[in-house]
Amino acid sequence: MTTGRVAIVDLGLGNLHSVAKAFERAGANAELSADPDVFLRADRLVMPGQGAFKECAHALAGELGEAVRAWIDSGRPYLGICLGMQALFDESEEAPGEKGLGIFPGTVKRFATDLRDPRGVRLKVPHIGWNQIESRHPVFENEEWYYFVHSYYCVPAEEGLVVATTDYGGPFCSAIARDNVLACQFHPEKSQHAGARLIGHFLGDLAWN
Amino acid sequence: MLAKRIIPCLDVKEGRVVKGINFVGLRDAGDPVESAQRYSAGGADEITFLDITASHENRRTLFDLVDRTASTVAVPLTVGGGVRERRDVSELLHAGADKVSINSAAVSNPDFIKEMAEAYGSQAIVVAIDAKRVPGQTENWTVYTHGGRRDTGLDAIAWARKMADYGAGEILLTSMDRDGTQDGYDLLLTRTVVDAISIPVVASGGVGTLRHVHEGLAAGGADAALAASIFHDGHYTVAEVKEYLLDHGVCVRPPERD
Repeated sequence: MTTGRVAIVDLGLGNLHSVAKAFERAGANAELSADPDVFLRADRLVMPGQGAFKECAHALAGELGEAVRAWIDSGRPYLGICLGMQALFDESEEAPGEKGLGIFPGTVKRFATDLRDPRGVRLKVPHIGWNQIESRHPVFENEEWYYFVHSYYCVPAEEGLVVATTDYGGPFCSAIARDNVLACQFHPEKSQHAGARLIGHFLGDLAWN
Repeated sequence: MLAKRIIPCLDVKEGRVVKGINFVGLRDAGDPVESAQRYSAGGADEITFLDITASHENRRTLFDLVDRTASTVAVPLTVGGGVRERRDVSELLHAGADKVSINSAAVSNPDFIKEMAEAYGSQAIVVAIDAKRVPGQTENWTVYTHGGRRDTGLDAIAWARKMADYGAGEILLTSMDRDGTQDGYDLLLTRTVVDAISIPVVASGGVGTLRHVHEGLAAGGADAALAASIFHDGHYTVAEVKEYLLDHGVCVRPPERD
């Protein structure tokens, strides 16, 4: 496996300890940084994120966002997790008026409050816990279980971007991939074996585009 | 479909498991990190530590423990016990906890929950409610604090609603009547709270058998089942609980073979 140096973008929005540890367990040399001069020297870039879209958009408004955009343009591997996925789109219902990175056209929407499962049981928001993905993409196994914690989900304008969906009162987009960019709504760092496998693929030679 | 979660809870005192299970091959049954690893490998969906250390001075031990657990266990970790101020929340999250559970401090200052949810996100803030049936009444429960010693007089259902409104991401609901009895969850209490709020409810207190876990999730409608002694006493493994639930039509994440 070629791992090299993994930079984890620290947007200052909470604890990234478990993300860093998950990459270290996978054999990577992981470094947390908010300094583009540091992370631009890495081989792979991971942008995790938890919390609110507004703070995320603010953190990415300046040179940090420019650096992430430049990284993605350069064709080097990028993994977005949760807000690190949502931030790739234009905007979010969570914070009207705030701008995402706009790498891909699309929006981020909130789960409806009246969602029901097939048995008619009311579904709660946030969507917290383990759920399955449906995917035919090579970095995933179909029907794998991942850990989710979110109230918002990405709606890419282009359907071809979607590589995994998950059912919560209907299917929503739980992962996207295009060229050097892979991003997921769930948390591989909290998803035990399934998460470790995905991180291994990201660090390995298996191309995901 | 979202799975129901099975959450082993470890009572921790001064960095040691109070009642540890003697797993085969475990070097030290009192080490919470090793126990958490075993539970996680066996299919636990989350791990909860409840710190019952009496003194505040020993918090360092807890932070170290949380740090070591978060470094090796790749499932979410919730930590509760003695969380009184913002610094406690921030230190636990920075040590590697995914969620912090708050009990008495929410009662003495409900705005604390609002502030913590705003600062760290609702997903990180669990409000623990210890509820006890009002004597002589079947559908009224009040909230207790200080380990079940103090009756606040607050109606448990109204309190759960208020905490959800204030930004709690989840309610950890313990029946003080059932806790430690192994008679099963208080299903009426669980169902009433589940129906009253729109955030997930973790049922706790009273599990003694596999059927109890099933009842809490099915009849009780809880989103997750927390249990301590059935796991620590070695009566059942997490995998056995999950296989039973799968056989009885409950959606859980199947245990994965290593």
